[in-house]
Amino acid sequence: MNFILSFVAAIGALALGTVEFLGELGLFAAMGVSHIFRPPYYPRLIVRSLMEIGFYSLPVVALTALFTGMVLALQSYTGFSRFNAESAIASIVVLSVTRELGPVLAGLMVSGRAGAAMAAELGTMRVTDQIDALSTLSTDPMKYLVAPRLLAGVIAMPLLVCIADILGVMGGFLVSTEKLGFTPGTYLVSTFSHLKTEDVVSGLIKAAVFGFIISLMGCFNGYRSKGGAQGVGAATTSAVVTASILILALDYILTQVLFVK
Amino acid sequence: MTQPKIRIRGLKKAFGDKKVLDGIDLDVMPGTGMVVIGGSGSGKSVLIKSIIGLVTPDSGVIEIDGEDVLKASRGRARELRAQIGMLFQNGALFDSLPVWENVTFGLLAQNKIRRSAARDKAIEVLAQVGLADNVAGLSPSELSGGMQKRVALARAIASEPAIMFFDEPTTGLDPIMGAVIDELIVDCVKRLGSTSIAITHDMASAQRIGDRAAMLYEGRVCWSGLADELMTSTDPVVDQFTHGRPHGPIKMALRR
Repeated sequence: MNFILSFVAAIGALALGTVEFLGELGLFAAMGVSHIFRPPYYPRLIVRSLMEIGFYSLPVVALTALFTGMVLALQSYTGFSRFNAESAIASIVVLSVTRELGPVLAGLMVSGRAGAAMAAELGTMRVTDQIDALSTLSTDPMKYLVAPRLLAGVIAMPLLVCIADILGVMGGFLVSTEKLGFTPGTYLVSTFSHLKTEDVVSGLIKAAVFGFIISLMGCFNGYRSKGGAQGVGAATTSAVVTASILILALDYILTQVLFVK
Repeated sequence: MTQPKIRIRGLKKAFGDKKVLDGIDLDVMPGTGMVVIGGSGSGKSVLIKSIIGLVTPDSGVIEIDGEDVLKASRGRARELRAQIGMLFQNGALFDSLPVWENVTFGLLAQNKIRRSAARDKAIEVLAQVGLADNVAGLSPSELSGGMQKRVALARAIASEPAIMFFDEPTTGLDPIMGAVIDELIVDCVKRLGSTSIAITHDMASAQRIGDRAAMLYEGRVCWSGLADELMTSTDPVVDQFTHGRPHGPIKMALRR
């Protein structure tokens, strides 16, 4: 009997904990977004966050996209050559990259780089009283620390994904023309004939949502961290794990909304 | 009768089952320095954080200039608290900003100064805490513990606050540097005519920077009086604490 009660109590505690977490996250997100639109504004901090999230993530995102495009072309060729469908490789590469792989892989990479850095920075500020110090200096920490990062995430990720899309297609192009014997003209014509504006736009919408999620989870976990170095480490891990899971889950939901008619 | 600058009545705060503040009553008169002492976990930091607004008390009254900040509108409470400067225990300097931006952060946030004039202002305030102008361009991580404390003090006094809080100002400093920081605190507070509250475990520091003292024990003020009387108090709790006696009414949670 005691075992059953303990089991039910554990389920109840888990459910309450989940609801509490989601409530806190929702309030945090709402406050952060509201501060984006209310003065004072911190353009210098927005530019700094854009550099942190966008510019400094460029090498890792670029390399990921390039190699993904190359592998995609190679793997597609292996499979499609069995059915004499090699001509579909260009469209497979461009559609996979723009619709899915560009935003998702860029999101996961940026989450691991910029999201972790955000959580570590805010977490350290929390445990060393720097966030409390902001409050005593007539500055709202949500406005100063969180709002610029949320905005920068939403702006930087679509820009990164634009570059990832181009490099992903270029990767496929290089492998297809240099290794698989495609002529450059034919490959490019095939690429652009199957690409529609909505393929790119949907990828950029996903990127903006993922950028928001990465910044939100980085800020949320860092802002709430406690317990010194161990707490900052846990916050950083949690920021990357939760953002990565949410990116993959939201990718499915957004694909359902954007493409399934 | 003069109205207290800060008046606290029946202040209570609990975290879960643990009552940290259990009905604090405290008056701090204008232009005087109050030192709050008490063991670790006695609620000193929670008391200061409640006044600043970093912690929301469960009940009670916190008046600044006769106005209850807990009942004031958010904007008015922010205005009342804008006259408070705070020196944090570990300095809490912003490590992403150079020293001069740390010092003038509050002034820039309140638009009391233009960014182009901020560096000169920072150098002026740094001189008041005995730091040379070449420190202004350094990062906080390039400074020693004593210098960081001075920069933090410069940041706290830059906006010339009417109320100043000092959270264990001499912790982690050698005795000479501790005395230097105390002297700077007394100088700054006197020059600005501020009211101050300091929390400390350092009895020598308490007597140097405080006019009056209050001891927190079991969530309440168990003793208050002149800071000079701290070491000679006959109150058993104060006597045990100030002389660091292992046996007495204060029971430390030790596991053997």
